[in-house]
Amino acid sequence: MNADEKIAVAHLNVAFRKGADYVPVVHDITFTIGAGETLALVGESGSGKSVTSLAIMKLLAEAPKTRIDGSAIVADRHGAPIDLVAMGEQQMRHVRGNRVAMIFQEPLTSLNPVHRVGDQIAEAIRFHQSLSKADARARARALALLEQVGIPEPVKRLDCYPHELSGGMRQRVMIAIALAMEPDVLIADEPTTALDVTVQAQILDLLRNLQKKNGMAILFITHNFGVVAEIADRVMVMYAGRIVEQGSVSQVLSSPRMPYTRGLLAAVPRFEHAGLAQGELGTIAGFVPDPSTPPSGCAFHPRCGYSIAGRCDQQAPVLEEIEMGHQLRCVRWRELATEQEGAR
Amino acid sequence: MPNYILNRLGQSAVVLVLVSLIGFMVLNLAPGGPMSQFALNPGMSQAELDRIAEQLGLKRPLLVQYIDWFSHLFVGDWGHSFRDGRPVLSVIAGHLPATLLLMGTSTLLSIVIGTWVGVLGAVRRYSVFDTLATVGAMVALSIPTFWFGLVAIFFFSLHLGWLPAGNMYTIGDQSLGDYAIHLVLPVLVLALVNVAIWSRYMRSATLDVIDQDFVRTARAKGVPYRRVLTHHVIRNALLPMITLAGLQIPTILGGALVTETVFTWPGMGRLFLDSLGYSDYPVIMGILMFSAVLVLLGNLLADLLIGVADPRVRLA
Amino acid sequence: MTTATHYLPASRRWAWLANPTLRRFMRHKLAVLGVVMITVLILACVFGPYLLHYNDLSIDIRNRFAPPFTGNHYLGTDALGRDTAARLLNAGRISLMVGFCAMLISIVIGTLIGVIAGYYRGWIGAGLMRFVDAFLSFPSVFLVLVLAAFTKPSPMVITLIIAVTSWMEISRIVEAEIRSLRERDFTLAARMIGASSRWIMFRELMPNAIGPIIVAATLTIANAILLEAYISFLGYGIQPPLPSWGNMLNAAQQYLGKAPWLAIIPGLAITLAVTSFNFIGDGLRDALDGRSDLK
Repeated sequence: MNADEKIAVAHLNVAFRKGADYVPVVHDITFTIGAGETLALVGESGSGKSVTSLAIMKLLAEAPKTRIDGSAIVADRHGAPIDLVAMGEQQMRHVRGNRVAMIFQEPLTSLNPVHRVGDQIAEAIRFHQSLSKADARARARALALLEQVGIPEPVKRLDCYPHELSGGMRQRVMIAIALAMEPDVLIADEPTTALDVTVQAQILDLLRNLQKKNGMAILFITHNFGVVAEIADRVMVMYAGRIVEQGSVSQVLSSPRMPYTRGLLAAVPRFEHAGLAQGELGTIAGFVPDPSTPPSGCAFHPRCGYSIAGRCDQQAPVLEEIEMGHQLRCVRWRELATEQEGAR
Repeated sequence: MPNYILNRLGQSAVVLVLVSLIGFMVLNLAPGGPMSQFALNPGMSQAELDRIAEQLGLKRPLLVQYIDWFSHLFVGDWGHSFRDGRPVLSVIAGHLPATLLLMGTSTLLSIVIGTWVGVLGAVRRYSVFDTLATVGAMVALSIPTFWFGLVAIFFFSLHLGWLPAGNMYTIGDQSLGDYAIHLVLPVLVLALVNVAIWSRYMRSATLDVIDQDFVRTARAKGVPYRRVLTHHVIRNALLPMITLAGLQIPTILGGALVTETVFTWPGMGRLFLDSLGYSDYPVIMGILMFSAVLVLLGNLLADLLIGVADPRVRLA
Repeated sequence: MTTATHYLPASRRWAWLANPTLRRFMRHKLAVLGVVMITVLILACVFGPYLLHYNDLSIDIRNRFAPPFTGNHYLGTDALGRDTAARLLNAGRISLMVGFCAMLISIVIGTLIGVIAGYYRGWIGAGLMRFVDAFLSFPSVFLVLVLAAFTKPSPMVITLIIAVTSWMEISRIVEAEIRSLRERDFTLAARMIGASSRWIMFRELMPNAIGPIIVAATLTIANAILLEAYISFLGYGIQPPLPSWGNMLNAAQQYLGKAPWLAIIPGLAITLAVTSFNFIGDGLRDALDGRSDLK
């Protein structure tokens, strides 16, 4: 891992136990995120995005119910590299919320309803810094955090209960909790999906500003390309547990090569199409495959409009670098690229 | 919170009135009704019986009788025992401490053990411990308490001679140790069923909580697992248990009655049975009403406790 | 889908074997064990007395207090020399019968009240449920004893008394079910086509609540057997010479040191019966609640 990389994940594989065997759910994920950089992780439900993030945080069911291989390297407080995959639960406890933090999708159910908000923020600080309950420093820091995430009247809010706050405010509290120990890496699992669009914009703004200030790396999981365009520097598209396209936001969003990515982008409602005859919302027919019965060859071929029998259902494609920083997983990308050039 | 309290108080008041109605109906079902003390005496002529009935106000319309009876209950005049003429309330009060000691100790023990077994079973779902605990709880629920008491007496008292076979103390020796050793068997026997019930409900409540998002958040914060369990999981799982505890009071009272029978424990249950034998209807009715009021108070207390413990209720 | 058809037998007469609820029930090992245990018990009580060497009434003072396995007294004899096994099985007939009938009656009462309270809500519903609450405030043991002491104890009366103190739980469960079912669309549809309240209550809503009612039924039998045993033990229930598991225990109490088997055996029988019903009830609860397939 380089000096300016905050997290380096290499060949991450996750498998769940079903009966006597293990069903692989996530295959060979490799990515790095640098300081101040945001990597968006995009895919449909069931593509393995959440599993990947939970695996890095070791929040999945314990072995032997799950099996994780590969490595996920972050830096500890002194700058030395540590591999999360290899760590035991006791060590992970010191990493979670400290070096790597996570925020989730549903702010209402993600906060304990019987504890005050201020106590829940302070809890994160207290246990990493071994402060006692009476220590005022944790509470002072919690107050400072509430101000940082833009909550009005923070002194009053410290003693509020979660159900007394709105959805947007609760998500801000979640962010405050996550940032309490100034982590290197923030994993955001669809944090804006459950919020109104206006609140969504505020939260994204907040995250961007906080990132500028403390230079943390953000892994932003979403299925919404609009959000990707707003906040991400690079994009990683996942399908059936594998990365199928990876590159900078401009590369992937303006000229996607992989048929799946093209399909996803076509499904985004666009203002220009409104009222036009061809303004039909593109969809990708079919469903995400069941991990225990994957299709032969390319996992996407049953739903791909460009698949060719004999090639796409036989050969499992590998991740190829097609231009600087842009990788994808498709055996036909060259032909499809020339077709596109021709069509233009 | 004030609305909540008023609402609960109002409901309890309604139930209290209904309880008294039921009680009054039962009272009049007794053979000979409120006249039974005299009606069963063959020496009395019908004219004398009528005169006494008139004196006792039994010729008045039932509604009037009911109101009269209920208002007496309200001010503490619960009638007098047929056996020794003492006021019913003081007779009951005399026997109450023994029952409370038995019930209290046993309930405390059940809650502690039941919580521990239930939570552990939930955390290690489907493990050997959990399966044994679940099956064990179901069997324990099915064992008749009085039979279990008999078997326990046979084994620990008659066979092994470790513990006394009944009573609350030995005459002559009323030291703390003597009380304690007499308390052991009855408390354990009474606790058996309660531990089973409590552990099953605790297990299910814990399972409900453990899957919730905020538990995941707590772990993601880096909070030690032990604290996640105590402060987050158990703290929330105990909330429905408070309501349960209130609903369990009638069962525990009934169990106490059974246990006092087998262990000749000088409590309210024993008094109830003795009074049944003597047809001492005032005391019987008194205990019936008393236990109902205890249950109502207990449920009210539980509801108030929930208001304190769960901020969602308090600030609704 | 394929696995289900694999099990479907050719003849339609046995098609009910593929019923998913039944399959779910069968997966519950304890519940199946419960069914087996109670079937054996019932068969033993019904047919057993004809197969034993002694009947439950023959007194044989010379052979009193014989421990189990003495000669043909498989379970020994009691204070009057009567065969324990014979008494046990005959007592079982009565105890199980009382439990079963009490359950039936309380189901009828409880369902009726629950359906009415759940459907009408408002003052009627709230009033009825407060009434139920009031009844539940009396510990059932106390209530049963009082009623038993006030009346002449015959099996019929005992059954009624137990039923009268057991219907409350059922009405609570039914009321809750009906209350939620009432809001569903099919109720609205029924009202739109002009169905009468009575029709809706008993032909539309109640059949949908059958699941919880059945579960409550098994648990009610379990409780009824325990209650009967207790009041008979105290002497207020089934009176001798009619045997019941409860009054056998009463007689055994004074000979606890001398002939412990007299106390242990009837209690085991009660425990066995009640455990079976509890296991069955648990299995039924999971089988009827389809969602618990997701383990």
